[in-house]
Amino acid sequence: MDLTFSNSDLSFRKEVVAFLEEEYPSDIKEKQDKRVPLEKEEIIRWQKILHGKGWFAINWPTEYSGYQDLSVTEKYILQEELANVNAPTMIPFGVGMCAPVIYSFGTDQQKEKYLPSILNSDVWWCQGYSEPGSGSDLASLKTKAETKDENYLVNGTKTWTTLAQHADWIFCLVRTETTEIKQEGISFLLIDMKTPGIEVKPIITIDGSHEVNMVYFDNVEVPKENLVGKEGQGWNIAKFLLAHERSGIAGIAALKRELRRLKDLSSDIQLGEGTLIDDPQFRSKIEETEIELTATEFTELRTLAAMSHGGSPGAESSILKIKGTELQQTISELFVEMLGYYAHPFYLENELGSNETVGPDYAAPVMPHYLNFRKVSIYGGSNEIQRNVISKAILGL
Amino acid sequence: MDFTFNEEQTLIQGQVEQFIQKEYDWETRQKLSNSDLGFGEKNWKTFAELGWLGISVSEDNGGFGGSAIETMLIMEEFGKGLVVEPFLETVVMSLGLLDRYGSDQQISDVMSEVINGKIHLALAYAEPQSRFNLSDVVTEAKKEGDNFIINGFKSVVMNGPVANKIIISARTSGKQMDKKGVSLFLVDSNTAGLTKTDYKTVDGRRASDINLENVTISNDSLIGSLDKGFGLLDEAIDRSILAISAEAVGAMEVLYKTTVEYTKTREQFGTPIGKFQVLQHRMVDMFMEYEQCKSLLYMATMKNEEGSLDAKKAISGLKYQVGKAGKFVGQQSVQLHGGMGVTDELNVGHYFKRLTTIGTIFGNADFHLKQYTSL
Repeated sequence: MDLTFSNSDLSFRKEVVAFLEEEYPSDIKEKQDKRVPLEKEEIIRWQKILHGKGWFAINWPTEYSGYQDLSVTEKYILQEELANVNAPTMIPFGVGMCAPVIYSFGTDQQKEKYLPSILNSDVWWCQGYSEPGSGSDLASLKTKAETKDENYLVNGTKTWTTLAQHADWIFCLVRTETTEIKQEGISFLLIDMKTPGIEVKPIITIDGSHEVNMVYFDNVEVPKENLVGKEGQGWNIAKFLLAHERSGIAGIAALKRELRRLKDLSSDIQLGEGTLIDDPQFRSKIEETEIELTATEFTELRTLAAMSHGGSPGAESSILKIKGTELQQTISELFVEMLGYYAHPFYLENELGSNETVGPDYAAPVMPHYLNFRKVSIYGGSNEIQRNVISKAILGL
Repeated sequence: MDFTFNEEQTLIQGQVEQFIQKEYDWETRQKLSNSDLGFGEKNWKTFAELGWLGISVSEDNGGFGGSAIETMLIMEEFGKGLVVEPFLETVVMSLGLLDRYGSDQQISDVMSEVINGKIHLALAYAEPQSRFNLSDVVTEAKKEGDNFIINGFKSVVMNGPVANKIIISARTSGKQMDKKGVSLFLVDSNTAGLTKTDYKTVDGRRASDINLENVTISNDSLIGSLDKGFGLLDEAIDRSILAISAEAVGAMEVLYKTTVEYTKTREQFGTPIGKFQVLQHRMVDMFMEYEQCKSLLYMATMKNEEGSLDAKKAISGLKYQVGKAGKFVGQQSVQLHGGMGVTDELNVGHYFKRLTTIGTIFGNADFHLKQYTSL
């Protein structure tokens, strides 16, 4: 047991800080600091910069990334420093989700074809999992892939597809066979979004933003070589991937930064003779959140340490998903509370950052953020489902 | 002890309920909320024709002399329909204050115009630094000859964009937080030096920030007596808390019922999700929160109406409960609707947004818990 950083860890931290001072583009920083949504180009540009340094696909085996391997502690330091400057979070669908499936289950040809462009952020991926009738019960999905000559013929509808409007490719769970046990007929298929028969329709959410979409497949022909793994193996791949998705979902470093920001801003808000942070009720909510956050941080560190010794993130990642998302929601709620009436003026996504806003200059994105974050206890397997996972897999109930 | 409504009250409740059912389907509500005006001009005329705008105004001033019960019933139905017409702002917050404390001149200028639906009002009480403290007033009104000259800034004035006349709290003496020395003025919104920045609020309504620069108004714009506006304002806000809490109760009723219905039809794992015990208990809690709010609403409304000594404490208790319960019911309705709950298309998210702003307006749960403790 040892919580101290070694000398080499400390010099790694210096390297990260120096790199960010040098390489983090000021135009992106300005938008990020104002909490203005980024353009696709800006996200890609930043991911390429990180990749150039070998700090983008840090969880890939080095044989695929070509990176120098980072220790668990170094990854932790990197995440923390990236979050400290509020660098854009990477879009996980390619690098964090599709790629691990391809290098774990794909053929050599598939690895050669898909991994380099993911590494370079040249191809934008999205995730085709949920369907209108299949949310928490993902295995009930109905999108069909039938064999037609050398191809699959795909028909069905995917929903809540994040940033599909930007995507070049989509990885999908499809039904290749109707089986007694519904999990057994599912396969994992890669589909080019330019294929005829695909239509993307926006879903506007309560924060007024366009982040998620419906994706319709109407007789879409997909080459059989785009199947990853074997027919019917899709459910196992999905489970593997969900565990991957959940382990990064806590976003601890970003939460620490936001909590700090909440403290800083609320120390500047006049309340009677003092400031808002002196208000005992508000203060104790911040402190309670901080304790919960610290606990979650160390739960994550324990999980990561176990993984670095060869363990895989199992049901423990459900703890991180639940606690991380609850913290995201609590902190976004405290920002709303902090603002009082100035949380109410409402601007659409494309109006943010303009001079139209009233109230403090940080006010406009606060309410949209709170509203948007209602999704986090629903997506990636709702928190009710995560509790089921823990009760079954860990408690044996 | 009697919790039944009299014949007239039942009649008006039925009238409003019918209006919501016939004229206020969800699509219409969204169209109105997204229009430039932000509500239905025609609906406002209907409210006037049906006598709702003057229902709680005293008979002496041309109203129907109804009690706070009528206002409560109207607001509860409005909450169910998520009505965006500014009844709270024009009628409850502002007209009620003028009805009680306006000068003869002010009453003859304003009362019939509002009751007939011709003009709108707003109450500008909040400032950037004031948070929920009504006596934290920096905006200043200086007497000069026969006039007052107002300088300052008012934040998030609900219904500001359409208000023809605005009641403004300003300091005429004392220090920033003093209750004594706050005065109220009735100001034409087109007075020189008054500039508004109008915007939409997250609940689909409208508000303005108002800058006041050497706004010159005559002495007879003063409402009540000089330096003694705080008590008037405080009373008006208490009545407004009762009204907005009634709206919240209506909104919560729709949310818990909608959620129960949804979970009966939404199937996952081969069964309606309403069969899962964890969700059943959640919905039971939502239902109980709603019932508890309703109980406090009835209690506080009657205490205020009777002029009971602990009415203020009851009102703070109510607003605390509404803040807490509104958040729980709103958030859980979204959660139980899953992805659909966070879409702009479904009404659930919009009810949640209104309950969120109601939680803040006139003081959040923390603020009212503190008030409750101090009373």
